[in-house]
Amino acid sequence: MSFPPEAEFEAIADDALVLRIGDRIDSRTNARVHALCERIRAQRPVWLRDLVPAYASVGVFFDPLLIEAGALETWLRTTLDTLPAATKKAADSTRIVDIPVVYGGDAGPDLESAAAELGLTPAEVVERHASAEYTVAMIGFAPGFPYLLGLDPALALPRLATPRISVPAGSVGIGGTQTGIYPRESPGGWRLIGRTPLVLFDPSRDLPALLAPGDRVRFVATDAGA
Amino acid sequence: MKLHVLTPGLLTTVQDAGRFGWRHLGVAHCGALDVAAAMLANHLVGNRPDEAVLELTLQGPALRFERAVRLAICGARVLARFECKDGNRHVVEAGRPVTLPPGVLRIGNLRDGARAWLAFAGGIDVPLKLGSRSTDLRGGFSGLEGRALRSGDELKLRAPPRLSCTRPRMPKWWIDPHFDERGLPIRYVPSQSPVELGGRAWQVSARSNRQGLRLEGAVLESLPGEEISAPVAPGTVQLPPDGKPIVLLADAQTVGGYPRVGHVIAADLPRLAHLCPGEIVRFQSCDAQTATRLACAARARIARIRLMTDKYVIDQPSRGN
Repeated sequence: MSFPPEAEFEAIADDALVLRIGDRIDSRTNARVHALCERIRAQRPVWLRDLVPAYASVGVFFDPLLIEAGALETWLRTTLDTLPAATKKAADSTRIVDIPVVYGGDAGPDLESAAAELGLTPAEVVERHASAEYTVAMIGFAPGFPYLLGLDPALALPRLATPRISVPAGSVGIGGTQTGIYPRESPGGWRLIGRTPLVLFDPSRDLPALLAPGDRVRFVATDAGA
Repeated sequence: MKLHVLTPGLLTTVQDAGRFGWRHLGVAHCGALDVAAAMLANHLVGNRPDEAVLELTLQGPALRFERAVRLAICGARVLARFECKDGNRHVVEAGRPVTLPPGVLRIGNLRDGARAWLAFAGGIDVPLKLGSRSTDLRGGFSGLEGRALRSGDELKLRAPPRLSCTRPRMPKWWIDPHFDERGLPIRYVPSQSPVELGGRAWQVSARSNRQGLRLEGAVLESLPGEEISAPVAPGTVQLPPDGKPIVLLADAQTVGGYPRVGHVIAADLPRLAHLCPGEIVRFQSCDAQTATRLACAARARIARIRLMTDKYVIDQPSRGN
């Protein structure tokens, strides 16, 4: 596996560009995305308005009065080139967030059917889902919605043919090879296997989102009453 | 000082200059779709440019207030009528600071444009959330409880300068922030994709909203290959598999998986806010240098209007918390 020799730039607005460093969803590319973001943020550039890490790319929103797009590309290319090739982030330097989840029942209406489809028992699905360690690859779709890398491939499930009109806040779902948590009630097509009582996004908190890009996440099975 | 919402209009929301610095958490920019128009409305009533205003969509609200207010309307042409407590009726002119005694302001259908911005001296008093008072409709927070106005709502105004007046006062001058650009193509910078937006007429879909302007017309050939979700921005033009382009607007999601064909230049982004459902729109490609030049020209135009009207505008209250 190798990174494209040349990072690709694409303007997505007059004041924003995307730096693409890979063309697949994998943890190594994504770790490099987060390392790059950390490096950019550490330099506190005055022109920086927003920095958006995604699976294999970074969105850079800048003040066009303070830097010109061409100069920004050069700056970003240099920053990327000086990034250590193998970003090996020690696990203990990253935040680990435990997410309590009530699996199955009303909290996870798709657990039974998902297990049947996967040829596993519901308990095995829960066991596999709760034993993995995930990384927040990016946040998107809605405020605080984490896209998690690290789902056991044996748990990959197609999305619902007809999305639900309303998915309760805190629902933990599987969509394709991804797993995630719905921060607020919304429509959604992922298979719901459980629910967490934690509030993923609250704009009045000091840290509005429970999870930040790059965080590590573990699901902890709990009882409904706990 | 409170505004009582008698009827809310089609989609009236509290907006300011938008949110910066939270996109990594999936938080959209939001803010007035034509920030320049909202800033000028603020300017006319003596507010800071980033104070919260009401954004009106296609049809305006009816508002009652019990004390005198100073307000200004910018954007689409509106038919605004004011009813004093004594029953006298007046037409309220747009593009200038208007001082009204207690009474009821009724704004009807918007004409020659889909949106207008209504600023009050002091600004709408809702709490700053993540650095902005803008309503995030998709995220369901900020502004007025994260939603559009409803009948029966009350909106507080931040302390404006004390006013007293018994009959409407409107100066004879007005500003017109827009060049007559209707019908001229929207300029965009194409990406490396082979798909061309220019050279054909598009119709603005009725399914357009603050998240995206949806276009209908000849279907474009969809681009091959699956895309990994990547950051997008207000202005980015997406091409979903159905071949109907979407120009993302201020409420756009932060990442998207559809192929992109380019982005609308900053100078023309506000013009998208004024397009009505069913209206025909054309696109014309331009390069990044032209985009920069036009953005500078647009800023200079606004700065000139502000300079020319500065002496008519009263003290600016501070932004506060």
